[in-house]
Amino acid sequence: MKKLLAMLLAAVMLFSLAACGGLGGSAMTESPLPESKLTVDYEIKDDFKIGYICLHDEQSTYDLNFLNAADAVTEALGLKDDQVIIKANVEEGNACYDAAADLVDQGCDIVFANSFGHEDFMIKAAEEFPDVQFCHATGTKAHEKKLPNYHNAFASIYEGRYLAGIAAGMKLNEMIEAGEITAEQAKMGYVGAFTYAEVISGYSSFYLGAKSVCPSVTMEVQFTGSWYDVNEEKNAAEALIARDCVLISQHADSMGAPGACEAAGVPNVSYNGSTYESCPETFIVSSRINWAPYFNYIIKCVNTGAAIDTDWCGGIAEGSVVLTGINADAAAEGTLDALKKAVEDLKAGTVKVFDTSKFTVDGVAYTGDAVVDGIFEESKAQSAPYFDLKIDGITRLNEKF
Amino acid sequence: MAKKETKKRAPLFHIIKRGRDALPWYFGMLVRAIAVVAALLVCGVLITLLTGKNPLQVYGSMIDGVFGSSRRIWNMLQSLSMLLCVSLAVTPAFKMRFWNIGAEGQVLIGGLACTATMMFLGDKLPLWLLLTVMTVASMAAAMVWALLPAVCKAYWNTNETLFTLMMNYVATQLVAYFLKVFVKDGSGVLSPMPQYGLPVIGGHAYLLNVLVVVLLTVAVYIYLRYSKQGYEISVVGESENTARYIGINVKKVIIRTLLVSGAICGLAGLLLVGGTNHTINTSTAGGRGFTAIMVSWLGKFNPLYMILTAFLVVFLERGAQQVSTDFRIPSAISDIVTGIILLFIIGCEFFLQYRVVMRKNGKEGA
Repeated sequence: MKKLLAMLLAAVMLFSLAACGGLGGSAMTESPLPESKLTVDYEIKDDFKIGYICLHDEQSTYDLNFLNAADAVTEALGLKDDQVIIKANVEEGNACYDAAADLVDQGCDIVFANSFGHEDFMIKAAEEFPDVQFCHATGTKAHEKKLPNYHNAFASIYEGRYLAGIAAGMKLNEMIEAGEITAEQAKMGYVGAFTYAEVISGYSSFYLGAKSVCPSVTMEVQFTGSWYDVNEEKNAAEALIARDCVLISQHADSMGAPGACEAAGVPNVSYNGSTYESCPETFIVSSRINWAPYFNYIIKCVNTGAAIDTDWCGGIAEGSVVLTGINADAAAEGTLDALKKAVEDLKAGTVKVFDTSKFTVDGVAYTGDAVVDGIFEESKAQSAPYFDLKIDGITRLNEKF
Repeated sequence: MAKKETKKRAPLFHIIKRGRDALPWYFGMLVRAIAVVAALLVCGVLITLLTGKNPLQVYGSMIDGVFGSSRRIWNMLQSLSMLLCVSLAVTPAFKMRFWNIGAEGQVLIGGLACTATMMFLGDKLPLWLLLTVMTVASMAAAMVWALLPAVCKAYWNTNETLFTLMMNYVATQLVAYFLKVFVKDGSGVLSPMPQYGLPVIGGHAYLLNVLVVVLLTVAVYIYLRYSKQGYEISVVGESENTARYIGINVKKVIIRTLLVSGAICGLAGLLLVGGTNHTINTSTAGGRGFTAIMVSWLGKFNPLYMILTAFLVVFLERGAQQVSTDFRIPSAISDIVTGIILLFIIGCEFFLQYRVVMRKNGKEGA
């Protein structure tokens, strides 16, 4: 009898614990730019097959983002298990060619690879197997190679970063109004991987987003020289915080920078997915690329006999750029509404991210090749970003990578 | 204070090396076979518990991943050759009890020299001369990388394990640095240069690599087993004092052996860059420098056994890859399986060489 009572008591306690967990609730709001539902308006052939090649596996946030998109498409299209083959941990060497060729052997109609260094080996396979479509994310060579079956893809993630930048700028304004900092002290820090255009385009758009609401903002950038290095990213974030940066964002794949921000109580704008779970005090918002619309697009092309674009760059309209919800505990008030409005502006084209009237290079407005009607046209000539100007207001603390 | 006299007590068990009571070879083989089977059974149970998959299907998928098509067999042979090549490189040094764990860096630096040759001399030299320069440059660079710790060991008795390990990091960073210098667009990814690669024979991209390593295996076997230098290596490995006593110049043997080790690593770098990838990055050596240690050790420094142990490792690696593709299980599980199988094999090697003697009841240790 006693035993039974004890067990009952234990069960009751367990339930009450679970209930508490549920009641605690999350401060996350809805997303101002959520994932849209995939539209499937075509028939999939029974013998259709797609193969994905990933540099790492689920443990890397970068690869996880691709794998999640692949799974979402598999589910939305009702693909069977044997119609999808995923090869993870494929090195950026001839191993990528071997993997691609093996996927062709297994009857894949599309082979997709996700890492920059895979590109040359994908091209090698594309040349050898003209009947199979080879699609490569982040690459830059499709428009030069002009192969009918080799394609590059990217997303205008700079729009996502611009939106995230607005959230950052509003947070700075809130700090200024509360008297925590002066307008001149509104300095952000940014942890970047390499000095590639992809990273530069990203932090510049983030900065311009913040500047659009907080005109006095400046930013310092620290490069780590690696896409995934927890310690280096943590060190870089800590160094920036020590230099009086009051808000941090990053373009690298580990939890290093967000973790350092949570420890120091400094607000953080994240990338590639929400870090709210680990950083509930400091996480504001995060942007990421959603690859599902691209996968849906290439699968549609192959199944309907249409040609795939040599360079495809998905934007807000395509559903390729998405934002997480906003953490009401960390973000400034009204952020959600402001971002919703900004999304509409970007969609309508009334606001452009790289508007040359909004930034200067060495004190003068930029007028280069890519500028058309006062707008730097990012991701037009090729899908991968190429905005690599050093705009005023941003200081690079190191250049070595 | 009087010292308390402690009673001498025999431990519960002690371990002795098998000497004259060594087991007959067929018994050893049987034990090893049983170990592998037992390991597979344990893995099977584990896979079922962790993932709910049928272990037989998992093993089927491993075999399919390694032998499933002629392309997969070629890829397996390629992986096998490359791993075996690096294993052959570390073996002479290991046999001499020189713990060269710097093969990774030696391979990379050889590959870097090969890459530089292809880049800067590719369009200037006729192909035969280019290939010669590539070979010489790769081997020479790796020999330098092995020579530095060897000289320091021979003359100042520095710790070769630390030294060779550190040289790995230097090599990796040099590759990263030169990629930054070589690649003008700043992407850090060097486009392959297949036009300057080693010749493709018989229409199979990897046939040349395989043939080179087959010849190398025979050569290293003969070198270690039948040459005077090979004998000197064994003597130095057994006891440096004995070697000195019988008039072997130990310094010379250490340096010469490491030059051989380095040269073979350079060859591996040549095959990886010139014969496989036609470009380089920091992970071109792919951890083979460390896996090779295990292959060499498990193969008892005998190049012919090492073919088997290298095959085992490659089979597990490639098979595990196929398993994670077929069943969408994380690659960590494949690593666990590989670890368990190797643990069983190493464990059985231990018990084949040593004997556990239990304390006999009622008797005190003599």
